[in-house]
Amino acid sequence: MPVDGGVVLETRDIVTGYGEVEVLHGVSVWVSSGEMVAVIGPNGAGKSTLLKAIFGLLPAQAGTVLLNGADVTGKPPDALVQNGLSYVPQVENVFPSLTIQENLEMGAFIRRNGVRERMDEVFHLFPDLAARKSENTGKLSGGQRQMLALARALMLDPKVLLLDEPSAGLSPKMVGTIFERINAINEAGTAVLLVEQNAREALSLCRRGYVLAMGRNRLQGEALSLLNNEEVGRLYLGA
Amino acid sequence: MTRLEAKRRSWGDRFLDVRRATDDFLSGGGLLLLIVLFFVWAVIDRRDAVMIGIVEGSILALGAVGLTLVYGVLKFAHFAHGDSMMLSAYCAFLLLSGVVTGSRPGVDAEVLPITVSDLPAASSEIWKFSFGYGLLIAMALSALLTAGVLVLLDRLVYRRLRRRNSGIVIFSIASLGLAIAIRSLVLIVWGPTPRKYTTVVRQNIHLPFDTTILADQLFIIAAAITVTALAYVLLFRTKLGKAMRAVADNPELARISGIKTELVIVLTWALAGALVAVAGVLLALQAQLDPQLGFVLLLPLFAAAILGGVGNPQGAFFGGMIVGVVQAVVVTFDFLSPGYKFSVAFVILILILLIRPRGLFGAKL
Repeated sequence: MPVDGGVVLETRDIVTGYGEVEVLHGVSVWVSSGEMVAVIGPNGAGKSTLLKAIFGLLPAQAGTVLLNGADVTGKPPDALVQNGLSYVPQVENVFPSLTIQENLEMGAFIRRNGVRERMDEVFHLFPDLAARKSENTGKLSGGQRQMLALARALMLDPKVLLLDEPSAGLSPKMVGTIFERINAINEAGTAVLLVEQNAREALSLCRRGYVLAMGRNRLQGEALSLLNNEEVGRLYLGA
Repeated sequence: MTRLEAKRRSWGDRFLDVRRATDDFLSGGGLLLLIVLFFVWAVIDRRDAVMIGIVEGSILALGAVGLTLVYGVLKFAHFAHGDSMMLSAYCAFLLLSGVVTGSRPGVDAEVLPITVSDLPAASSEIWKFSFGYGLLIAMALSALLTAGVLVLLDRLVYRRLRRRNSGIVIFSIASLGLAIAIRSLVLIVWGPTPRKYTTVVRQNIHLPFDTTILADQLFIIAAAITVTALAYVLLFRTKLGKAMRAVADNPELARISGIKTELVIVLTWALAGALVAVAGVLLALQAQLDPQLGFVLLLPLFAAAILGGVGNPQGAFFGGMIVGVVQAVVVTFDFLSPGYKFSVAFVILILILLIRPRGLFGAKL
């Protein structure tokens, strides 16, 4: 049930896929204001597809996406970012031949004023980026690139952040760092919908979680109860 | 194994070693080094040819910057680039003179009620140039027109292909079709006879180190460098230019960031059109107006863009200069007839694709 903060993002029975292939057969999730929610599930469950459908990158064949209560189903990304939604794809989430600073400027493309101030705030959150802001992005390590991708998405000060497997391909040490930053972003008031392979870490970070399987909602509830759920443990946590 | 076989193998190995070393040398900085050495020699020994090369190279450079920009953002080889240059040169001619081919062969007709030349003293020569400020106005108006034409062609042709997710080959072939259509249109409207902006006798300028150059050619070099510098500032210092580079880099992420990629594409065509127009007018000033003007330039343009690294505007500028100078110097060799001029671009194109396909300066916008 929606908590007192109110629901900022909700999908209702979303159906989508790639061409003829239907991947999601009706998935419903919601995120309340300021909340961090995990979406876990096995490979091919449709976790990333769900984020693409929310962000209008895949056409919804049925179902609706609500942002702040308004129907935004099928709206293009530029309309969504205008309304406080940001998305960090799993791969190719930076502009490699632009400098770090230019990457952030592009993140703030639709912002008319306060770009400098916001950039300072974001650099404050990611001090290692600030030190190298005029360097080309091509030289960054995997972890730094992921930080930059997060920083870019934060430039518009979004209400909801969609994160697609931010820990994928990172060293265990870096995974810890990146989750720590995501937690800091959430504590600063941004709601996060976090899609993760790293189910245990994701659930221990979040308040609530959804388990997807075969393109449908399988389980949902408090993160703690999911962590202790026998089925979740056996199937996804390797316990 | 006999001793002979062993020896033969070692010779083969040695040959491979040498080849590998040569490849490494050339694909490293070696190629650039050879080009620099060639330039040093040419400046000492063939100064006049180098001057001509720089003039022609300036025009190529401008064209190649536009070509590489279109490639960077839209990811296809724009074969209509040369003919667009030619069209924009004729647009400027129309604005200056109002003249098209009349209904009777050999007789021209004036179609514009008022032309740029009707402005007060528009045709009186500036300094030692063969033209007045009218040509500059015609060039600016032609830049607007050409930008409009390229945007229109995008709406009519390329956008439809984008919506169908067509492959890059389809885009390139479509642009080849447009190139032929543009050339035919110019032939219909202005006929095959060459035309000129002015018939004034051109004046020489004496430069240091015992070189002479036409005043008009000095203008060509200055204009090309200025316009390229402006394009550079636009691409690297303005929000719009950064958005163009972002779209070239990762169109999906640009969309995700809220950049209106379709708008960026339109503006890319507009900028390419402006570059094309200036290059076209300068080209017609250097040679003369001729419907074949653009098509023959296509090969050197591509050689320049690839030499500089496809999608890299600074690279394209230097690529254009290099191709221009090498072309001009090579035809001064006694054993080569000047008719081989354009084969030089071809040889450069083949060599660079074999040795260093990412170009001298790396491929990126």
